[in-house]
Amino acid sequence: MRLLVIEDDRDAADYLVKAFREVGHVADAATDGDDGLAMALGGQYDVLIVDRMLPKRDGLAVIGALRAKGMETPALILSALGQVDDRVKGLRAGGDDYLPKPYSFSELLARVEVLARRRVGRSEETVLRVGDLKLDRLSHQVHRGQDEISLQPREFRLLEYLMQHAGQVVTRTMLLENVWDYHFDPQTNVIDVHISRLRSKIDKGFSLPLLHTVRGAGYMIRDGAR
Amino acid sequence: MTALGKLFRTTTFKLTLVYLTVFALFAAFLLGYFALNTRRLITEQITDTVNAEITGLSEQYRLGGVRRLVAVVDARARRPGSSLYLVTTFAGESLAGNVTSLPPGTLDNAGWTETAYRRLDESDSAEHPEHRALARVFQLPGGFRLLVGRDLDERERLYNIVISAGRWSIAIVIVLGLVGGLFVTRRVLRRVDAMTETTRTIMQGDLGGRLPVAGTGDELDRLAENLNLMLERIEALMHGLKEVSDNIAHDLKTPLTRLRNRAEQALRSAKKESEYRAALENTIEESDGLIRTFNALLMIARAESGQARENMSEFDAAEIAHDIGELYEPLAEEKGIALKVEAETPAPLNGNRELISQALANLVDNSIKYAEPRNGTVNGGPAEIVVRALSEGDRILLTVADSGPGIPEADRSRVIERFVRLEQSRSKPGSGLGLSLASAVARLHGGELTLADNNPGLKSIIALPRGGPVQIGG
Repeated sequence: MRLLVIEDDRDAADYLVKAFREVGHVADAATDGDDGLAMALGGQYDVLIVDRMLPKRDGLAVIGALRAKGMETPALILSALGQVDDRVKGLRAGGDDYLPKPYSFSELLARVEVLARRRVGRSEETVLRVGDLKLDRLSHQVHRGQDEISLQPREFRLLEYLMQHAGQVVTRTMLLENVWDYHFDPQTNVIDVHISRLRSKIDKGFSLPLLHTVRGAGYMIRDGAR
Repeated sequence: MTALGKLFRTTTFKLTLVYLTVFALFAAFLLGYFALNTRRLITEQITDTVNAEITGLSEQYRLGGVRRLVAVVDARARRPGSSLYLVTTFAGESLAGNVTSLPPGTLDNAGWTETAYRRLDESDSAEHPEHRALARVFQLPGGFRLLVGRDLDERERLYNIVISAGRWSIAIVIVLGLVGGLFVTRRVLRRVDAMTETTRTIMQGDLGGRLPVAGTGDELDRLAENLNLMLERIEALMHGLKEVSDNIAHDLKTPLTRLRNRAEQALRSAKKESEYRAALENTIEESDGLIRTFNALLMIARAESGQARENMSEFDAAEIAHDIGELYEPLAEEKGIALKVEAETPAPLNGNRELISQALANLVDNSIKYAEPRNGTVNGGPAEIVVRALSEGDRILLTVADSGPGIPEADRSRVIERFVRLEQSRSKPGSGLGLSLASAVARLHGGELTLADNNPGLKSIIALPRGGPVQIGG
């Protein structure tokens, strides 16, 4: 995956570039809005990571200029402004995701990977499969092998989201945002309990677990055979 | 600036001067008009009298010749306060009358003349000054001349009296006006100075100072009272701010110190990679906690400043109750608590959905934390939490009732403050900001958070006005 980090704090930019390279991606960095825009227009990047406040050209303006030129490269906005309305502003300006600073790298990585994969367009499929787990989005039925699994509506949406991003790490905040539509941080980790409930429904009694906990990052649904 | 200079520069004094000038000009005009008219009136009276006498005397002359005229003039001239008379021959020789020392040639022309004269009985020129008279010279048939006049002293005296009365009254108006103006100005200035003095001490940091109120209920008092109310609000805010910064200093420094100590400890004594790893993981965990506290503080500050008012929309509070209930139900169950939601009827509300959800989530989280049963039961009964959303009049109530230990009445208002955690709960995880945020959110919407007894347990109530916050002016 080719990534472009547009971030004016050189230390933070270097850190991100290094961290992305360590996990096997190609990453470049730009330190102001103009350079960032030029590089984004010139290079074939899969995801842009854009700091909101940049010298010369504001992060939102960079994204706006790209979109005006017809570039649909997914962009994740990093910002010290973490309130809901800042987030809304960022997404309205053409950003695809918004992560308030300070962030953990695993959270950023998970989101970037989801953004990059989204271009493939898996969300259109009506039947999602992971191993012998099958989720039908139209009939709202879930099967593991031959057994039908009955899920609560929210559990269904949780599983749906996980399966849409099968093989990818999904963080707790991503789940809270996408399954519950909340952008605040619940003091206690309520998501873990929902996951363990879901796990008991889809994995209990089967020799091969599909729903995995990724330590320090989140969860992943994956066909164990892979 | 000298004291007097300051006095002259005040608005009150400048107004006094303007009014004084206007009044003085008006008085001068009035008195001048009066004086001139009086003078004109007296002159007219004199003219009328003289004309009447001349008509009378010429009639006497016509009837009895010069002899009769002389006799009549003699008789009239002798009366006290009489007019002035003089009858002469064509050559100017005096035949009768009470006037002398006329300037030569006075009698040559018939008609009106204003002239100097002396009375016959005061011919001693050294002792008596000349008087002035308004006289008419009349040519009688046969060459005789008749002069009849009236003394002008009276007219001049009256005129002078009026003029001097005018001068005096204008002088008095000016003096009284100036003195009054200065007096009023000084009074106002003294009060304004007192206010200025107080504001200066307040600006130097003494927020306890209040502007003096004279108690007269005038405009300055009203101003002072309003400013005092403003000062009280500012003082309360400053006090709150100080408390918050003290609390922040304490509650952020404590975990920061812990963080630093652990890192130091690891550097000093860790030998194996796994030990370093554990220390680093610990560090990240600790800093995540700090970030969480920091975010909560920012959120509270934002809610309190009213900035989040922009994101208001219509939504159903009952739906929020169900959503939050559903979000926390597995967690509650895991801890052996039954979480129920009672929100059957829609409770439409105008507000910030995200913030209200978070406030309710905080209350539920709180209840789960403290209502955790020991040995399966709490206070003898099964542990349970009930989340309700109901409309009551023009308010929407979101309540969370638990069967936990509750909060003693004396502590209820205190726990809403930032970072306040009761001694019993120090061991539990949490920042002590959950209730503060819920309260700030409620106030942002023009509502309030109250804590009540659930007999047993705690009942937290967020009461919100249905129509959203009423914009407070100013």
